[in-house]
Amino acid sequence: MSLVRDALTILAVCAGAFFFLAGTVGLLRFPDALSRLHALTKADNLGLGLIVLGLLFRTEGPFSALKLVSVWLLVLLAGAIVTQLIARAVHPGGLRN
Amino acid sequence: MAFDAGLAVLVLGVAAWTIVARDTFAAVVGFIAYGLLLALVWVRLAAPDVALTETALGSGLTGVLLVGASTRVRRINSPAVGEEPAATLRLAAIGLCILVSAGLAALVLLLPEPAPTLAVPAAANLAATGLGNPVTAVLMAYRAIDTLLEIVVLLLALLGVWSLTPDFLWGGLPGPLHRADPDGILTFVAQLLAPIGILVGVHIFWVGSVAPGGEFQGATILAAMWILTTLSGLVDAPAVSRRWLRLLLIAGPAVFLTIGLAGFAMAGAFLAYPMNHAKLLILIIEVPVTLSIAAMLFLLVAGPPERSLHR
Repeated sequence: MSLVRDALTILAVCAGAFFFLAGTVGLLRFPDALSRLHALTKADNLGLGLIVLGLLFRTEGPFSALKLVSVWLLVLLAGAIVTQLIARAVHPGGLRN
Repeated sequence: MAFDAGLAVLVLGVAAWTIVARDTFAAVVGFIAYGLLLALVWVRLAAPDVALTETALGSGLTGVLLVGASTRVRRINSPAVGEEPAATLRLAAIGLCILVSAGLAALVLLLPEPAPTLAVPAAANLAATGLGNPVTAVLMAYRAIDTLLEIVVLLLALLGVWSLTPDFLWGGLPGPLHRADPDGILTFVAQLLAPIGILVGVHIFWVGSVAPGGEFQGATILAAMWILTTLSGLVDAPAVSRRWLRLLLIAGPAVFLTIGLAGFAMAGAFLAYPMNHAKLLILIIEVPVTLSIAAMLFLLVAGPPERSLHR
């Protein structure tokens, strides 16, 4: 049972690390601000989500699991908000202008 | 081991980049990243209390202050950017930095083996304070005077900021007016995040007695929520002449000092707590201190009064 749990943790954390790597490559390589933001959200949402998922197999009780999930949700919220703010600063009034 | 070495190289790299960055704003961003990396270093050194403080105050709040300062500096003296400090001044600064670094390195490298430590007596007397977190015991019992002085320094810093107020604006409202946009993203996040943030701030303050956390970290989160709600325009910053605000600012230091002086009568020394009542007294000190620090940090970020009260 613990072997299965370890395997799931390793799998999920590695997948999360891959999304962080992909997001960072996108941040460095993509040509404009909006595409770079798009790449970053992948790292925030999926990367951290998968790492939290991997760590959930190792928590001691439901309370610490809840804490981990809340951390992910708060980062999701902050990431979405900051992305919106930066995008609006780059293109005030939308893409058409 | 490889991770720690990589982390050390990264911290040094970001520090060097922050120093050589030509643009003020870029340097500030580098400084914030540096603070977050430094927090990771503290976690690796098994010092989560310091890591929390570094993230909240060293990186977060100082970062906000520096972002504000860099935009103000850019607005005021952009023509002066070309001016360079004299070569002798730069050489003196370099020499002084090297001297301080060499002194610190020598102190660390010349430590006797085993290094002198007070950790054992600090842990042995933890029960007498009624606290479960030795770091909080150091801050609130063994070395309470340091904490008291830190709070007074913060208050003096705020007075320094306020002293930049022009005479005709004295007692006015700090910072520019932020208008609330009912459909704006900032209004949304302030309404959604402020209750959660206040809860987290109170939690961080409360668990400080048994786990990493405490008044400075909790107060920083409370101040951040106050900053967020004023930035979004939902509430305006209070005029600095408000009586309740002044009372809030001095409540923490006043209660701390009063209980400290009462220590002479109760336990025979300044800031000494009588046996069996230490935890209660520490809690009585910590609640107003947390609120005062939150108000001080908020007002430091808000800056000197920029708007008249009568308009």
